[in-house]
Amino acid sequence: MRTDDLIEALVQDRAAVAGKPRGALSVALVGGALIAAILFLTVLGYRPDIAAAAETYRFLFKFVFTLTLAATTIWLIFTIVRPEAVPGLRLLALAAAPVLIILAVVAELSVMPSSTWLPRLIGKNWWFCLTVIPSLAIVPLAAFLMALRRAAPADPGLAGALAGLASGAIAATLYASHCTDDSPLFVLTWYSLAIGIVTIVGYFAGRRWLAW
Amino acid sequence: MLMRAATAGDETAYRDFLKAVTPAIRGLARRNLARYGLSAGDAEDVVQDTLLAIHLKRQTWDSDRPIGPWISAIARNKFIDQMRRRGHRIQVRIEDMAEILAAEEQPAGLDGHDITRMLENLNEKQRNVVRALAVEGASVRQTAERLNMTEGAIRVTLHRAVKALSAIYRESDK
Repeated sequence: MRTDDLIEALVQDRAAVAGKPRGALSVALVGGALIAAILFLTVLGYRPDIAAAAETYRFLFKFVFTLTLAATTIWLIFTIVRPEAVPGLRLLALAAAPVLIILAVVAELSVMPSSTWLPRLIGKNWWFCLTVIPSLAIVPLAAFLMALRRAAPADPGLAGALAGLASGAIAATLYASHCTDDSPLFVLTWYSLAIGIVTIVGYFAGRRWLAW
Repeated sequence: MLMRAATAGDETAYRDFLKAVTPAIRGLARRNLARYGLSAGDAEDVVQDTLLAIHLKRQTWDSDRPIGPWISAIARNKFIDQMRRRGHRIQVRIEDMAEILAAEEQPAGLDGHDITRMLENLNEKQRNVVRALAVEGASVRQTAERLNMTEGAIRVTLHRAVKALSAIYRESDK
């Protein structure tokens, strides 16, 4: 096909321009989180003693961690929709949540006797945590990926991984209100692992479906 | 800015815009290929792949921003794809130096390298529509009459064909 013919074909193709990627991402964010929240409330629900728990630092810190992770990741996703946008130093924002959790773990280790460390790390429901967080992340991840297909990220794998990280963080925020393991040691180990699984899935999904 | 008029649905402006940016994309592609010691014969593949991406991803251009960096980023991305494909090919025929040199001496060819194969990969309906509209320059109405389809169906078929052409470039990556 001659290039001039291709141009003619493109000019004739007056299919409606796809919506702006940022608009689609906003819809995906709100819609995905809402569906995950409804799913969470109907199947699991928050823990019965949530009012008492809400007065403890450890319980509240879980949300500080997951919401920080969600906010920084979602912000990054919105910045990489254009092909010429290179995240560069902005990726450093991703360090915020890990820094917080490490500080919390240091605090936990300094106030709790060492004999309690291992039971607190293993917790009661680690297997449940590893199953529920990735399951709740499925809908938000699918929504983010569909929205990102309209975008043109320079690095599809990175875009997919960020979508996975954000979905994992949203799912973890929901799960945190159900989970009775509040120690930062538990959060560092199992929440990170669960969110990491979703991130890896996102990476491969991104390479597969976000390449353009 | 032409692209702004073009996204607003002005056909002539869009054609002018695509024709205006093509030589720059071609120059960039040739320079990049030369830098890696590759045949300039593949430049047209990069050009066509870039034009397809500009078209299919035009919603990612933010009209408040300059368009130059947006186009260069797309062209660069498509050049890298091409490099990956060439990587495979070079391994297959490393001894075909004569062929590569011959390709370099060709005049500024306007054909994409894998063109025959590209059109073959469209289904018959898509191929007929693309040929009539783009190669023969028929109007949508004439094409609709000739192929016994509605104008709406012609437009849908053309859009699918454009997406299919872009997918062909992507799939040969693997």
